Amino acid sequence: MNEQQQTLWQFMAGQSDKLLSQTLQHVGLTFISLLFAIAIGLPLGILIARKRKLSGTVLGIAGVLQTVPSIALLGFMIPVLGIGAKPAIVALLIYALLPIIRNTYTGIIGIDQHVKEAARAMGMSKSQILLKVELPLAMPVILAGIRTATVINVGVATLASFIAAGGLGEFIFGGISLNNTNMILAGAIPAALLAIILDALLSLIQKMDFKKLRKALYVFPVVILILGGFYALPTAYGSTLTAGFTPEFMGRQDGDLGLKSTYGLKIHTIVISDAVMYKAAFAKELDVISGYSTDGRLKAFDLKILDDDKHIFPPYYAAPIVREDALNKFPELEKTLNLLAGKITDSIMTDLNYKTDYLHQQPERVAKDFLISNGLYKAAKNGHNGTVRIGSKIFGEQYILAEMYSMLIKGNTDYDVATKTGLGGTKICFDALTNDQIDFYPEYTGTGLLVLLQPNLKIAKEMAHDKEKTYNYVSTEFEKKFKIKWLKPIGFNNSYALMMRQKQSKELNVNSISDLKNYLDKN
Amino acid sequence: MIELKGISKNFGDTRAVKQVSFKVSEKETLVLLGTSGCGKTTTLKMINRLIEPDEGQVLINGENVIDQDPDMLRKGIGYVMQNIGLFPHYTIAENIALVPKLLKWDKEKIKSRTEELIQKLHLPESTLTMFPHELSGGQQQRVGLARALVTDPSVLLMDEPFGALDNVTRASIQKEFKALEELKRKTIVMVTHDVQEAFELADRICLMDKGEVVQIGTPKELLYKPVNDFARNFLASQRLALEFKVVVIQDIWAYLPKESLKDGDSHSADLSVWEAMELLRNNNHSDLRITCSNQENKTINFEQLTKGFNQFQNAQVHE
Ligand SMILES: Nc1ncnc2c1ncn2[C@@H]1O[C@H](COP(=O)(O)OP(=O)(O)OP(=O)(O)O)[C@@H](O)[C@H]1O
Ligand SMILES: [Mg+2]
Repeated sequence: MNEQQQTLWQFMAGQSDKLLSQTLQHVGLTFISLLFAIAIGLPLGILIARKRKLSGTVLGIAGVLQTVPSIALLGFMIPVLGIGAKPAIVALLIYALLPIIRNTYTGIIGIDQHVKEAARAMGMSKSQILLKVELPLAMPVILAGIRTATVINVGVATLASFIAAGGLGEFIFGGISLNNTNMILAGAIPAALLAIILDALLSLIQKMDFKKLRKALYVFPVVILILGGFYALPTAYGSTLTAGFTPEFMGRQDGDLGLKSTYGLKIHTIVISDAVMYKAAFAKELDVISGYSTDGRLKAFDLKILDDDKHIFPPYYAAPIVREDALNKFPELEKTLNLLAGKITDSIMTDLNYKTDYLHQQPERVAKDFLISNGLYKAAKNGHNGTVRIGSKIFGEQYILAEMYSMLIKGNTDYDVATKTGLGGTKICFDALTNDQIDFYPEYTGTGLLVLLQPNLKIAKEMAHDKEKTYNYVSTEFEKKFKIKWLKPIGFNNSYALMMRQKQSKELNVNSISDLKNYLDKN
Repeated sequence: MIELKGISKNFGDTRAVKQVSFKVSEKETLVLLGTSGCGKTTTLKMINRLIEPDEGQVLINGENVIDQDPDMLRKGIGYVMQNIGLFPHYTIAENIALVPKLLKWDKEKIKSRTEELIQKLHLPESTLTMFPHELSGGQQQRVGLARALVTDPSVLLMDEPFGALDNVTRASIQKEFKALEELKRKTIVMVTHDVQEAFELADRICLMDKGEVVQIGTPKELLYKPVNDFARNFLASQRLALEFKVVVIQDIWAYLPKESLKDGDSHSADLSVWEAMELLRNNNHSDLRITCSNQENKTINFEQLTKGFNQFQNAQVHE
């Protein structure tokens, strides 16, 4: 890092508006979903305490729901509930449900039978027994469940930013993709503090004796409601079209910042994860999204790339980057990796991505088919002359490239291959490379420039639109700084792009980003 | 008045109660007596429908309980549980005020009634703001009693109300209990497995075994006219002590010497032999003046008392 280097404190101070609103959103999300979870879980818990036969089924279902990975759950919600607050709240409430149902159930069935019988013997009705005996006596256990649910919700709510529901996840995931530690911490520390504080507060309530507890219980729902109220549901769209941008795109000069400064684009924008963005655009939840120009989903969801007529998106030409000592260790490697140089164009890459992302073919098969049809495939030699370790980031295109390289190395050299695919992000991949955990991985010139080198704005601007200049700059700088070599580019340019649905683009006659701006200004 | 007509209850294969019938008249105390597991609690719970009988009917004041709303029915019947069953999350005052609150009594009335009761039951006022776990077992039992008595119901069901106590405490609570004016106005069914307690408190005893009624009668009838070996053996081990308690001076009047010399304090002939013995021993009196129901007076000493009792005994056996 360079002059952008600033302390965490400076970052937080500079972003205090955002930090506050994200924290409030986070608290709001947590509690609004908690409120619904209680509203559903408590009666369900009571029901299965009455009808024990149902308990296995209900607890089983709630248990299974909780094991669904959060991202997947959020993904399932989009076709039904769209993006934004609704699906996030539903997902959170689903996670909060199990501890609440389970603890209500065990709390109630754990009550001394004699006390329940005494209540009946005194002539209390069923509802009086529930309200005056069972719930108060089960309350410490129920509160423990609510406490667990709250802490779970604070954690899961960070993922809400994937589907444009805000919260501290915007900083956390934005920071991860931007390789900005301060940004990550600015989201992660408040989130952790929130979890710790809420946990401590609830444990206090839980430990109260009956006398204090009774008073606390009047206050509790009010507090939950108020905290839930922090989450003002996204309202009043500022423009006729809605854009969904990834957290990474939001924070980048060659992203949303550039759209604003260079194009003067003013569009109502929500933050959303790459994983669900395309689907949301397809489902007409979003009109404009920030995608990648070679993404297979472009084809799958019938989207159109808007022409970047003012060139704010720098080129992202892919090329393998290799540690120099690895090149020395494996003399055949450079030649072999360069077999792919210039072979894959934008449209070919989009098509390959489409095959894996949308047709769900194995990356291995897609890679092999491609190599065979280009006459590059050779059967593996099963050599034992050392092992080359290939890395890849955690998205489809990188898996395909890693497979191709693996086959090329096995077929053309005596080296063995180990693949470490699915390394979380640029930072993780690059750290693995510099720390001798992998020997090479496919990187993009734009990422090398803006994320890894982070030169000052002037140089960045100067480079930005020129393919050659960027490649030369990163080559030289990587050599100097990291002893890492950029091999020849593979051919395609996986740059950022704004896209719209084909149909809408035609209807509105919007083909470039400038068109989009003009349209928005008029409407 | 409570009447059970051929009540039965099975729990799966366990025949807990079989064809039990009895009548308890107004202001009478009937004690259900029997060994553990003989169906006493089950029988008692069927009276206020905590358990619904498989067969038979329960009438309270001539009305079949099955025709009444169970919650209303129970609010009108005092119930003291075998396991006390106080609400751990309520203070003592709130525990006592439970039923009055359900009946929507006003605060003042609840307060004055609570104070009256804890005085009668010898509970310190400071306990009112405490929680049940802060009280001793005996105090809890009194609270359980207060909770059952607070609305002054005419019918009271008590399941081993003194079960959790040591013998000394139990004896003293039993005495207080017996002395409570309130209880003398009530129709009471009480469960116990303690023969002494049954004899102490019962007008009539219903002896049960394996879910069935063995014999119903006054303590005296059980002692002197047992219907079978079970009834006889049940009382055998404590027989002498029971007889001292059951037999009153009036019963042995004929076997006491006639002359009365002394004036002064006189005791009623309702005094049991046991009580007379206690008085003779504790008060350092060598003799005791007693007035019979026909105003005849006799003065007796310890020796004359035991002699008279023995003669009465012999007469019973040869009857
Ligand atoms: N809810 C129940 N389910 C199954 N069996 C029961 C139930 N309640 C009582 N029983 C059985 O019915 C029989 C009579 O029980 P009950 O409680 O009436 O006895 P008890 O005379 O009150 O005994 P104790 O003096 O020990 O309290 C026992 O064999 C008992 O195991
Ligand atoms: Mg019992």
